[in-house]
Amino acid sequence: MAYTRQRPSTGESPDELRARIPGWGADLDPADRPSVPKLQLHDVPGVDWDFPERQPEHQPRERSIEHAFLTPVFGTTCPPRGLSGAVRRLAYRRYSEGRAAHWLLLLAADRVDAWENHLRSFATLRPDNPITETGVRSELTRGGWSSRFGRKRADTAHQLLDPVIVAGPWVAVAAAALVAAKRARRR
Amino acid sequence: MRAMVYRGPYKIRVEEKDVPRIEHPNDAVVRVTRAAICGSDLHLYHGMMPDTRVGTTFGHEFVGVVEEVGPSVRTLSPGDRVMVPFNIYCGSCWFCARGLYSNCHNVNPNATAVGAIYGYSHTCGGYDGGQAEFVRVPFADVGPTVVPEWMDDEDAVLLTDALATGYFGAQLGDIVEGDVVVVFGAGPVGLYAAKSAWLMGAGRVIVIDHLEYRLEKARTFAHAETYNFVEHDDIVVHLKRITDHLGADVAIDAAGAEADGSFMQHVTAAKLKLQGGSPIALNWAIDAVRKGGTVSVIGAYGPMFSAVKFGDALNKGLTLRMNQCPVKRQWPRLFEHIRNGYLKPSDIVTHRIPLEHINEAYHIFSAKLDGCIKPLIVPNAA
Ligand SMILES: [Zn+2]
Ligand SMILES: [Zn+2]
Repeated sequence: MAYTRQRPSTGESPDELRARIPGWGADLDPADRPSVPKLQLHDVPGVDWDFPERQPEHQPRERSIEHAFLTPVFGTTCPPRGLSGAVRRLAYRRYSEGRAAHWLLLLAADRVDAWENHLRSFATLRPDNPITETGVRSELTRGGWSSRFGRKRADTAHQLLDPVIVAGPWVAVAAAALVAAKRARRR
Repeated sequence: MRAMVYRGPYKIRVEEKDVPRIEHPNDAVVRVTRAAICGSDLHLYHGMMPDTRVGTTFGHEFVGVVEEVGPSVRTLSPGDRVMVPFNIYCGSCWFCARGLYSNCHNVNPNATAVGAIYGYSHTCGGYDGGQAEFVRVPFADVGPTVVPEWMDDEDAVLLTDALATGYFGAQLGDIVEGDVVVVFGAGPVGLYAAKSAWLMGAGRVIVIDHLEYRLEKARTFAHAETYNFVEHDDIVVHLKRITDHLGADVAIDAAGAEADGSFMQHVTAAKLKLQGGSPIALNWAIDAVRKGGTVSVIGAYGPMFSAVKFGDALNKGLTLRMNQCPVKRQWPRLFEHIRNGYLKPSDIVTHRIPLEHINEAYHIFSAKLDGCIKPLIVPNAA
């Protein structure tokens, strides 16, 4: 009871717990827990350098202004390009990670990037398919209805927003393209 | 090679991509035999993580066979069957030298506030991930480990993040014998955290979620007492009632940025991206733990601010502990627990899906269809 000094009983003795749960108490001693103590200076096995060799920088790599220099190793996938790339470079060049502007610009660039790539894909042999790419077919094969309804789930309310979020921009872009085409024909 | 590729929020497809090259003398290229989709991949999939670029391959949980090694690699050779921690780390910086492998300073030029993670956006270093036939593995002498002879690929792949993270979360709780531990979220990490709490001597383990099939797993796999928050008007009050109005000694947030339970929080965070994550589970943890108790956070949050109830944490004198898991530090002990039969990681796997159908795997996992708890991905070349 919280209103008196005794600790409330949990109802089961250590022996009962040990009998019911395989391994109960195996790590009772904090010394057996791998991340205790925490900050202990040690040599990491496999390391024979003081500072790693530097990975060659084949094209200018954007970096946080909180870093002193480009880290010796970095990922090389998807370098910035197009308008989204310009926004990303600005976010990195101008704002530290402490600034909301840094993250909001990066999020905005992500939305621009998606549309740059959707539009670019229509000039290729493999255009984006906004339906199959969502994996929505599994709604039919994996119990879309039976998994959701009558199951006291909290997420069904906002899942209704998903199709709006996914399809909404496509519908808007298609409508805008239709209007533009009609105007062009009228002229 | 075939690889999963992000095409924008809620959209992915499988594409032909170049096989990754050795870009640094300590790199390896690994042929993936099993990969997994992690709950935190859903934040990328939903477009919540800043600087997630179209064309990126996700996947930070994978095991495979070494295909090629760089000139300075000494401990691995082609043909070795390896498990790779989700953290990319150098082993020699200020942080790595003190065991903070998940906080390495030498691998992520894009940010100093987070280390590097395979296939987890440019904010986490801009590396491609393992939901593909091949993947580049930097610092091959540091992170990867040869999979023990007796361990199968499916247990090994779960050790690369989910199991290590759940176990780490229980450790962050500083559990002492007899503690009441409440875990928010019955996904893979929450199930493993609940199970690990017993290993550390918990006297009572309670798991909270809203998905009945996952609560069922929490009862059978993790021997936990479970409550569906949808059935209770106020889950915090309920938790107080069942703990003699003291509250839990330790609360673990294993839900993270897309927690359900408040429509407003979920929509502002997950749908409108106005928060770094919806802190519903974290706020419940803060309110449900007893004064002077410990809150352990292992659910993932983005770099933007979240509306956390900090005043309650202050006034209750709580200890808040959190980090991304330094995976490899957990392995020796977890290997023992698996060998002793205390843990069987692959018991929570519900789906095995070919790489070619990964778009459906993401949808099933995201929409929680078909009783999905943990989906594994099987590449074509596996
Ligand atoms: Zn993960
Ligand atoms: Zn490091």
